[in-house]
Amino acid sequence: MGQLLDPLLIIGLALNFVALGVSRIRGVINAVAAQGMLLGILALFVHPGVRLRGILLVGVMILIKGFVIPKMLIHAMREADVQHEVNPAISPITSLLLGAMGTGLALVYSYTLPLAEEHQHLLLVPASLATCWTGFLVLTTRKKAIMQVLGYLILENGVFLFGLLLLEAMPFLVEVGALLDLFTGVFIMAIIVHHISREFASTSTEHLSELRD
Amino acid sequence: MAYFLVLFPLLMAVLTYVLPSERLRPWLLPAGALVQLVLVGSILNQAENATSVSGLGGWLLLDPLGKLVLGFLCLLFALCSLSVPGYLAQHKDRSNRVFCANLFLIQAMMTLVTLSYHLGLMWVAMEATTLASAPLIYFNQSARSLEATWKYLLIGSVGIALALLGSFFLAYAMLKAGRGSTLRFDQLIHEAPYLSSAWLQSAFILLFIGYGTKIGLAPMHTWKPDAYGEAPGVVGAILAGGVTSCAFLAILRVYQICNAGTDASFAREFMVFIGLFSMAIAAVFMAQQRDIKRLLAYSSVEHMGILILGIGIGGLAVYGSLLHLINNGLTKCALFLSAENIQKSYGSKLTGQVRGALRRVPISGALFLAGFLAITGSPPFGPFLSEFTIAKAAASDGQFWACGLFLLVLASVFVGMGATVLSVVQGDPPVETPATPYRERVGTCGPILLLMSFALLLGLFIPSPLESLLREAAASFEVKR
Repeated sequence: MGQLLDPLLIIGLALNFVALGVSRIRGVINAVAAQGMLLGILALFVHPGVRLRGILLVGVMILIKGFVIPKMLIHAMREADVQHEVNPAISPITSLLLGAMGTGLALVYSYTLPLAEEHQHLLLVPASLATCWTGFLVLTTRKKAIMQVLGYLILENGVFLFGLLLLEAMPFLVEVGALLDLFTGVFIMAIIVHHISREFASTSTEHLSELRD
Repeated sequence: MAYFLVLFPLLMAVLTYVLPSERLRPWLLPAGALVQLVLVGSILNQAENATSVSGLGGWLLLDPLGKLVLGFLCLLFALCSLSVPGYLAQHKDRSNRVFCANLFLIQAMMTLVTLSYHLGLMWVAMEATTLASAPLIYFNQSARSLEATWKYLLIGSVGIALALLGSFFLAYAMLKAGRGSTLRFDQLIHEAPYLSSAWLQSAFILLFIGYGTKIGLAPMHTWKPDAYGEAPGVVGAILAGGVTSCAFLAILRVYQICNAGTDASFAREFMVFIGLFSMAIAAVFMAQQRDIKRLLAYSSVEHMGILILGIGIGGLAVYGSLLHLINNGLTKCALFLSAENIQKSYGSKLTGQVRGALRRVPISGALFLAGFLAITGSPPFGPFLSEFTIAKAAASDGQFWACGLFLLVLASVFVGMGATVLSVVQGDPPVETPATPYRERVGTCGPILLLMSFALLLGLFIPSPLESLLREAAASFEVKR
């Protein structure tokens, strides 16, 4: 199954670019949901002999990342009557260029890190770093609260991608890390759904800019 | 005993949550905090047995560094909790259930951080402090506090996610070196010389940025002025004195591993740079700052910079830095609580509307002024001693640039912060800002007086048990050459 891993990782990387390039929030939500589900499937490819606990984790991740979170986000959009456009602070072309640059740098940097023999030919490490970078880009260049949550989720996907290397050796660390990060994501979204939209009748973080020096 | 130290505040959190009386609930905080303080005090007293406080197969262990931070946090939490009933008495319009229960939850998680002897467990506890403190920042339920909570959660969570990636890096380094799949600190320190320096250094950078975001080092500090500025004073005090100390402990643990591994000079240089950079950024934003709570938040950024700078300088400065952790925590809490009283009596925290605090709220005004003198390193208060120790260590180690810049920034902070503080305490209260019904009482001023007394005491005399604990904790950072 190992030979299928890299193509799947490339799909994951492509989803990063979808998240950076599409102009409608719904498109970004779908890309992040697809990436989340893909990560769950990837876990089974990296560790074919994964035990019941690992399968449970994968199931929970696919369920939360692929269905629960996107549903919550779409609900939040409808509730607060959010406009469907991403409205980034930088143009989509610049976003894509920065994304490509980050992916290139991630590839170069990951070659300087010594990998275990069985991981040497995999794209896992550069894909993880590139996804973290994409998450950062979305977090810092998008104004809407929903987009920032999506940025956080992409970043978290990147961290989990690296965690896949450790799923067998240190299941506790990876599982707890992934689940607690997910819980945080849901927690932050609950704030948007119940408070930001109520307070400002919009979920743009442009409204959250009263506090400054 | 280790389990009980974490479980007791957790049980108190549950008890507080289910207690139906709004009037009695705030009193559970000082009661529970004092019991915890007595418990921890008795453990620390039995010095030889303290290392036996362990559990979860070595994942929980109280080493000298943990003892120091745990003892300090318990004292700080107990002192701050004394002001909670007084604070909540002025906010009878809203339920205090979540507020009180989450304060206990924060104490439980802070205790868990100090006891964690496992990288993963410590990460979980740190993340839990973030989640538990978010509702407290939103206590005032205004648009501004919502914005602050949003930034705190989002930026804090990004930091914590990076710390997780750093933990994964370290775990992978262990696997790659064939040293087993453990993340217990003693084993990581033992195996560090065999780990790949590329992984170790990358892990250090990620963990430093991750936990550095949590303690609010520049440039990852942007959440701090907002969160501290909008949070209730007692919450700001516990965040600035307690939660940041936990994140600092996390950085110290990571540095211990790095120090035991390959040449850690890169880590020390990095810390000196970030420490000075944080101080300088804070100094810039403190000059002409109009909001007194934001001023204190930037002061916190500055002092986190000092703590990291001390560790980066090494040698005696590590001792100075650990002492400064305590001095800064005590003084900063006193400042936040007195600023809250001043804000209450004026209905504002902006310098344009707040003047003559010494006349309107003489005790809080005087303590705010004393707190300013202490935090800016004026003798005879504790921070003077710790900052002097750091400067002396830098000079005697030949790090004249670091020493010179450190003193220069300290001087500019004194001037910048002084201008705001003096305009708040001096003069006559403005007629356009009428006095609110707030009156100074023992409940709201007593804890500040106690905090400042401790800060003064530590400047005049360091009790020998604390001295030996500081030395023991600092010894674990000796540079391996």
